[in-house]
Amino acid sequence: MNPVLTVLRSLDRRWIFLAVGLLVILPLAFGFHLAPVVPSHRAKGFYDAIERLPEGSTVLVAGDYDPGTRAENYPMHLAATRQLMRRNIKIIGVELYPAGVPLADDVLRIVAAEYDKKIDTDYVNLGYKVGNELVMSSMGSSIPKTFPVDSRGIPIAKVPVMRGIENFQQIDMIVSISAGYPGTKEWVQQVVSRFHVPMVAGVTAVSAPEYYPYLQAGQLQGLLGGMAGAAEYEVLVGKPALATRGMDAQSLAHLFIAFMILLGNLAFLPQRKPAKG
Amino acid sequence: MKREVPILITLVSGIFCLIAFFVPHPFVHDLYGDVQNWAIVVVGCTYVLGVANLLRINVRQAQRMEGDWIYKIVLILGLLITMAVGFSEGNYYSDVHSRFQWIYRTFYSPMTSTMFALLAFFIASAAFRAFRIRSPEALLLAIAAFILMLGRVPLGNAIHPYIPAAADWLMEIPQNAAKRGILIGAALGVMATGIRVILGLEKTYGSGGEGGA
Repeated sequence: MNPVLTVLRSLDRRWIFLAVGLLVILPLAFGFHLAPVVPSHRAKGFYDAIERLPEGSTVLVAGDYDPGTRAENYPMHLAATRQLMRRNIKIIGVELYPAGVPLADDVLRIVAAEYDKKIDTDYVNLGYKVGNELVMSSMGSSIPKTFPVDSRGIPIAKVPVMRGIENFQQIDMIVSISAGYPGTKEWVQQVVSRFHVPMVAGVTAVSAPEYYPYLQAGQLQGLLGGMAGAAEYEVLVGKPALATRGMDAQSLAHLFIAFMILLGNLAFLPQRKPAKG
Repeated sequence: MKREVPILITLVSGIFCLIAFFVPHPFVHDLYGDVQNWAIVVVGCTYVLGVANLLRINVRQAQRMEGDWIYKIVLILGLLITMAVGFSEGNYYSDVHSRFQWIYRTFYSPMTSTMFALLAFFIASAAFRAFRIRSPEALLLAIAAFILMLGRVPLGNAIHPYIPAAADWLMEIPQNAAKRGILIGAALGVMATGIRVILGLEKTYGSGGEGGA
């Protein structure tokens, strides 16, 4: 057998791990800027839907993810909050992942400091409530009854941004940042189809194909898929940040995986047996 | 009675929720809101049961020193300490400088992120060892994978603008058609199961694994 193929066939997978590690760490550390990020029509739909909202509107931002998908969801959550606060839109945060509350609190605190927004008057985080779809459906009946207090334990009757908010009729848009279940799909099924609230979504790359039917049907006005979607959106918002910095690493990792598929097939090609005699 | 009462509760609440969906009368609307809140309370109670079950199983295994018993002890201690710290801080547990947040940021957040990040390494290794192109279907899959992997990152657009355009076409036409079919089939299945549950024909939820009628 060809000696190169013999080496490839017995390749220790730790070399592959090392290559992936270097391809991810080096671009993140040094920033190669391999190629510019070009926004897709899905990201433009997300951006334009928020731009169309009049100032003073109230938007529900559902941060349904946890640190497991932080690399993908957190940058899009930050960018969406930036666009909303820049446009003086009031934000009501809600999380259906118990471990998502500190992340949403961080996002709101960081962006509020950038745009000089005040908690209670410009935004509030209602926090986590157990019940998945039941919580969404219950909010359609009464948001104050579903969330009597916010994530700090303060009664929402005392929170100015919640004044006049009874159910989804007073919500102008839902921004769903979702890692899976419960998330974007459930918000579409339980709220968009029933209460006709406009909605945009930012989801993990692996789950994005699931939401294309909703996007094509108009039930979602925009869709960000994974870190690439977040980077496209950051460019539109005009503040390239975490996701844009990660694009070089992701580009090289994708290229490497494609190369590995080719190399693996080459290495394990059936070999002709040498002719006897 | 043990079987009939749960079925009756399911029947009544299921039919009521269906009616409430179509009847906007304030009385029905308010009662529907209350029923939903009761359901949330019941779901909350199942979490307590989950914690109790987790403790029961892991404490037993740790006592017997079975297999990776040391990890069971780490799990039990982690659970109890986090709960104790969270309860002791009351409503201040969500404060940035609380001890609960310190546990979250120091242990929970990096560990869950690490678990997810490991995927990149295993996907690359699996791509080399397991993705074999042995049939025309596998070749089609490989071509689609190449286009999508390159088309979804800025590098693909830099190589040629047709690559992201081809990736979009793959996602929006063939992928979407297949996804719609799956979604419609699943939705019909959910509706059929829902009707069977409401009518008491599907009893697996309350009979310890017995089949439906």
